Amino acid sequence: MITAIHGLMAEFDNPTALVEAARAAREKGYRKLDAYSPFPIEELSGALGLHHNKLPLIVLAGGIMGGIAGYLLQYFITVIYYPINVGGRPLHSWPAYIVITFETTILFAALAAVLGLMGLCGLPMPYHPVFNVPRFAMASRNRFFLCIEAADPLFDAQGTAGFLRTLEPKEVSEVAE
Amino acid sequence: MADELQVADRPAEKIIAPGYTFASITDQIATVVLTSRTPVFWMAGFGLGLVLLLLFLLAAGVLLAKGTGIWGIRTPVMWGFAITNFVWWIGIGHAGTLISAILLLLNQRWRNSINRFAEAMTLFAVACAGMFPLLHLGRPWLFYWLMPYPNTMGIEPNFRSPLVWDVFAVSTYATVSLLFWYVGLMPDLATLRDRTKNRVARVLYAVGALGWRGSARHWSVYETATLLLAGIATPLVLSVHTVVSFDFTIGIVPGWHSTFFPPYFVAGAIYSGFAMVLALAIPLRSVYGLKGLITDKHLDNSAKVMLATGLIVAYAYILEAFTGWYSGNVYEHAVIVNRMTGPYAAQYWTLVGCNIVAPNFLWIRKLRTTPALLFVWSLIVLVGMWLERYVIIVSSLAQDNLVSSWRVFQGTRWDWATYAGTIGLFLFLFFLFIRLLPMISIFEVRTLLPEAKVESGEGRG
Repeated sequence: MITAIHGLMAEFDNPTALVEAARAAREKGYRKLDAYSPFPIEELSGALGLHHNKLPLIVLAGGIMGGIAGYLLQYFITVIYYPINVGGRPLHSWPAYIVITFETTILFAALAAVLGLMGLCGLPMPYHPVFNVPRFAMASRNRFFLCIEAADPLFDAQGTAGFLRTLEPKEVSEVAE
Repeated sequence: MADELQVADRPAEKIIAPGYTFASITDQIATVVLTSRTPVFWMAGFGLGLVLLLLFLLAAGVLLAKGTGIWGIRTPVMWGFAITNFVWWIGIGHAGTLISAILLLLNQRWRNSINRFAEAMTLFAVACAGMFPLLHLGRPWLFYWLMPYPNTMGIEPNFRSPLVWDVFAVSTYATVSLLFWYVGLMPDLATLRDRTKNRVARVLYAVGALGWRGSARHWSVYETATLLLAGIATPLVLSVHTVVSFDFTIGIVPGWHSTFFPPYFVAGAIYSGFAMVLALAIPLRSVYGLKGLITDKHLDNSAKVMLATGLIVAYAYILEAFTGWYSGNVYEHAVIVNRMTGPYAAQYWTLVGCNIVAPNFLWIRKLRTTPALLFVWSLIVLVGMWLERYVIIVSSLAQDNLVSSWRVFQGTRWDWATYAGTIGLFLFLFFLFIRLLPMISIFEVRTLLPEAKVESGEGRG
């Protein structure tokens, strides 16, 4: 085969086999690999050596920004831009600002969570090579896939395919680029 | 660690019926959407929704042409049906967020089968709720004046008003609920994209799924995002009805000016919300043969939540009457007496029957495990909670501090038409949802299967 390939993909029919395969591939030295499953599997993160993601920090930043923005908005309008004197009461009426400050904190944090999720996952992604494997449609039903990418320094079409077969998959297929 | 896992996993085995596999769960839920055959039940429900929706459009059209005078609102009862319905709908929405956020944080895995349609219920209930303050504005086309923006009039909203707080609270709630719901839908949209045979549907589901492919890297971020969103939505859901109750408590109208309104409103919201969850789940699971996924256990648990929150609501009524007497305030006292014996006595005692007496029957296991009876009970609760808001709003306003301004409120046929119309809007949206999107979260139900657990004694890397 001369055409460029994205990698090799092994198919499993249960999560335990996938986690064991991912662990074995890591132990073999493969680093550019990804696993695909129809539901989140906690153990996979460990098996693939995934680091903690930065999402909590993004959400924290979003929340803080939202809180500051909400408070300043109210401060600016009630004290500077459109002050209303109600019987000499202080213009900077912070207790009345609490509710909206809270709401904008939540709003910005939630937006940061969703946009952060999209950003960290690189979504929306209209095209990805794994979809070239016809059986990959089962990854959203009841099949579990491990893909070793061609970009991995240890990757060679023959050897990697042989290694994947030792993991007793249902099938090993080439992923066209 | 091992013990902790066992505790969390044991009930999971009983949550859904035995015999399911990853494939059969996927196929059963996806088929409801992907089949070309539409059940008669759906046609009937959607048809009813559509008819009532047309009634809503008519009522709103007449309102725009003639003004809010077509409703029964006259001084001093200027809030009437509009705010009653607003509070009722917003409250119903609360159960969806409670199920999706609070029960997720509490690791209550039974929520996995009911969270999706409960969240959809939240969204549509908030949409219905939003209609009332908008139409009640009198000039709904100027709704954007509620938002602070630089304008040539040189005026801005009053941030010291609870009504402006409410605008922020409800719009934030609607936005966050929509985001949470959509994030939960993404993996299931990918499933539908991979399973549908219709080209147009595939393209639409693919656009919705945003290229989701179930990558482990994505799932790990996704799980963090879900947890964080749940953590964010939890204080939000408790705050929304608190802020709604501020609309009343910050004012000095007798019967409103009270510090226990926030917890009382939040409990009432969850109470009516679970009633709506049951009223939707019981027919749906029979018609679509989903009794294996939405089991009697789910109904039982929901009924227990309803019982618990119903007792809190009952406590609030008793405390309300007690406070009226104990405060020594002649106006507070008069309001309570007027509620019990005045022009709204019938509504008051019906609500006592619906919200204090009726929920106590839920102590009986037989009732909680008989879906037909539970369905009737949930309707009783929904009626009771509507009456509660009606009595709080109307009876307090109709007989306030100044006897010479008293006036008894009566809803007009346009009041009823608008109210029935939003029920139509709700049904219309909800039936579209169950036809076009998976009503049960497929990927979360997969995790309930015993096979979903990774069997290995090795430590994590």
